[in-house]
Amino acid sequence: MSKEREQGMSVIVKTVTRLTVGMILLYGIYIVAHGHLSPGGGFAGGVIIALSFIHLTLAFGREVAFKALSESTSALLESVGALLFLCISLGGLLVGGVFFLNFFPKGQAFHLFSAGTIPLSNLAICLKVGAGLFTIFLAIVFLRIEPEGKS
Amino acid sequence: MTILYILLVFMIVAAIVAVEIRDLLSSVIAVGAVGLGLSVAFLFLKAPDVALTQLVVEIVSVIILIRATLRKDIGLKTTGARFLSGLTALVFVAAIVLLAVFVFQDLPTFGAASTREIVASDRYIAEGETETGATNLVASVILDYRAYDTLGEATVLFTAVVGVLAVVRRVGRKSEPDMQGQEE
Repeated sequence: MSKEREQGMSVIVKTVTRLTVGMILLYGIYIVAHGHLSPGGGFAGGVIIALSFIHLTLAFGREVAFKALSESTSALLESVGALLFLCISLGGLLVGGVFFLNFFPKGQAFHLFSAGTIPLSNLAICLKVGAGLFTIFLAIVFLRIEPEGKS
Repeated sequence: MTILYILLVFMIVAAIVAVEIRDLLSSVIAVGAVGLGLSVAFLFLKAPDVALTQLVVEIVSVIILIRATLRKDIGLKTTGARFLSGLTALVFVAAIVLLAVFVFQDLPTFGAASTREIVASDRYIAEGETETGATNLVASVILDYRAYDTLGEATVLFTAVVGVLAVVRRVGRKSEPDMQGQEE
């Protein structure tokens, strides 16, 4: 059973995945980048990006996904996201003396580069959430639950 | 407003199905139905941010839960003192309903704007755009005004990931002979 599973799913699923997975990834990036302008944000966008990788894993099997983003790399990315978010908050403390101060220039409303540190925070949370969920998914995929009645 | 009550009944029915059904996979799918109903309810309550997050998180959690329950041999325990546990549950539900009656009297009616003056949220709506520069007010609240909460939430997720990795890791697990044969 597990041998066939490792090869991934059928040709139909693989072809559709090849077409859709890039679009899902792009939509996730859009949601993160426009988090301060339209509904969405780092959390939802990060989960969508993680979903595109999960999609890849489900369709092509674990080897392909492991080549795209291994478990240790995604665990590293998660820590980087957490540290980046903390650095932004500490940057506010250093610059203005207030934790989580929005210390960058605000810019013009409705522009992509506006709202100070909020897009950066969105990026950090996206890394954190997306990599964290994908790490959990990979850990559970690699986990083999031993069957009870087998011994 | 009617559609919200229809959704609410649907979610309650799906939640009861999820608890009561014997098959674990069907139970997971019923949980997914509850989440989907909640996402649509958020959409009708004009909260697209929360609806989007709820939808994608529900998809991920259903995928992970299906993966975790794929093996059929994870049995459900139905033994034990049914009468006593049922009585305990009834007492707790009654206590919570009784307390909720007191608490919910202070809330504004469902879906209506609050009649009381809530200083913080008025400030967010009036000054949010000029103070933070973000046109999405939700982003300005969660990443600027209330960023402490987001830091706490990030910490919760980080702890969850660390916990999962500590439980399911391979290093340090007992290597039994039949398990090694399975890992080939």
